[in-house]
Amino acid sequence: MRNVRSVFALAAVAALSLAACTTDAGNPDASETTTDGGSEATSSDGASADCTGGEGSLRIGIKFDQPGLGFQDGSDYTGFDVDVAKYVACELGYGEDAIEFVSAPSAQRENMLQTGQVDMIFATYSITDARKEVVSFAGPYFVAGQDLLVLADNEDITGPEDLNGKNLCSVTGSTSAQKVKDTLASEVQLLEQPGYADCVTVLESGQVDAVTTDDIILAGLAATPANSGKFKVVGNPFSEENYGVGIPQDSDRCEDINTAITKMIDDGAWEEAVTANTEGTGYTPNAELNPPTPAACA
Amino acid sequence: MNLFEQVGFLFSSYNIPAAFWVNIQLTFWAAIGALVLGTALGVMRVSPVPSLRWLGTSYVTIFRNTPLTVIMLFGVLGVWSQLKITFSQDFTVNFFIYAVVGLGLYHAAFVCEAVRSGINTVPLGQAEAARAIGLPFIPAARLVLLPQAFRGAVAPLGNVLIALIKNSTVAAAASVATETSSVMRAMIDQNGNLVVLIFMIFAVGYVILVVPVGVLTTSLSRKLAVSR
Repeated sequence: MRNVRSVFALAAVAALSLAACTTDAGNPDASETTTDGGSEATSSDGASADCTGGEGSLRIGIKFDQPGLGFQDGSDYTGFDVDVAKYVACELGYGEDAIEFVSAPSAQRENMLQTGQVDMIFATYSITDARKEVVSFAGPYFVAGQDLLVLADNEDITGPEDLNGKNLCSVTGSTSAQKVKDTLASEVQLLEQPGYADCVTVLESGQVDAVTTDDIILAGLAATPANSGKFKVVGNPFSEENYGVGIPQDSDRCEDINTAITKMIDDGAWEEAVTANTEGTGYTPNAELNPPTPAACA
Repeated sequence: MNLFEQVGFLFSSYNIPAAFWVNIQLTFWAAIGALVLGTALGVMRVSPVPSLRWLGTSYVTIFRNTPLTVIMLFGVLGVWSQLKITFSQDFTVNFFIYAVVGLGLYHAAFVCEAVRSGINTVPLGQAEAARAIGLPFIPAARLVLLPQAFRGAVAPLGNVLIALIKNSTVAAAASVATETSSVMRAMIDQNGNLVVLIFMIFAVGYVILVVPVGVLTTSLSRKLAVSR
């Protein structure tokens, strides 16, 4: 009996120290520039410095694993989605202390809104008709497009028309992978990996010629310190993804969120957030479609 | 949409049987590879040559204790991406082969243990009698030990096969994106409102695949057991 107990104790200690290791290991990944840029972008607007008026706290779903968009960095959260979320929350009356960020993986987003686990979602969430049947959207606050990430010295890929005979990488089951299969299948070979970081590893080794997904996701990947200077976003998007703010269907916040987004775009904080989170990649959002005008609420 | 319409929608939008077919193919080729390699390893582990015994034991120790996902990812990110070893210029074929090799290498360790447990059911007298009539080790194993050993190993081999069927979904880590877990991921990604139904479809699919294998191996193991 005593042996059994000490084995459990040992296992618990091992698990704890392991957990400690992983949190520690996460810290060096911290992107200084992104962190600084991020907080700057939200605090630079004087008009909404006092974020009061909201009751209780606001639970916001973001990605935890997408550098440049939504990224958990120790106890901090960085990225463009996070910056927009903070700005909007402030306009709604919730300061940073009143925000609770929750991880919202792609596959769980509708479910989290339907069951009320989160109040709103800023997680590269494209507005589509299928999704509108079960959740509502405010925004869009950004128009992304599927683009290509190539090695920094690559000169021959300037857009989808140069992909004949090339190898691409994308994430298993993603919309981007599906689009490649639907429209480019006869010309390219597609490698499907569990995450974009794996794709970037393979791109670096030269076994694939390009990684493809939404341009701002690629820019965020390329802007991480580990990848800095190695890759570039081609900048020739070939699809249109309207990133919206996912809210439950019975939510009454849509108008307020749209007002906040419009204000963020007008006072320059939006532009600042984009620049800060994609620094050093030469990336600029598709100027024809950005910054977007939020659509009317249903 | 009612339940039937939802099921109909999912089956018409995604080729679910084709996804299962990929897993069956993966299982088929990996099972053959694992059976051949595992039997060879099992024989090595009972052979009179110490270095072969050591080799067999090391293989089993390494591959049985390494997570399958790690083996698969090492195949794609290590062997293919870094060492640039390519089986085929066609990505689909290339990663299918990588997945089969990964599954085969991993399950060979388990087949080896199943075969060895089968060999242990053969009384020592059988091996001694084989040596007594002048058979060297290999013919003794082939003609006397293994035929009896396999009959005793049907049940554990069946368990390995069942594990292999389900583990074939890990091929997603080796970039085989047409198999069930990848298709399921795509389905959930695009139809987040039907998560529970999608899970149920795949769970039922695997039950349909696996239950007959279990029934078959149980009845075979009874039928083939050497009565002593």
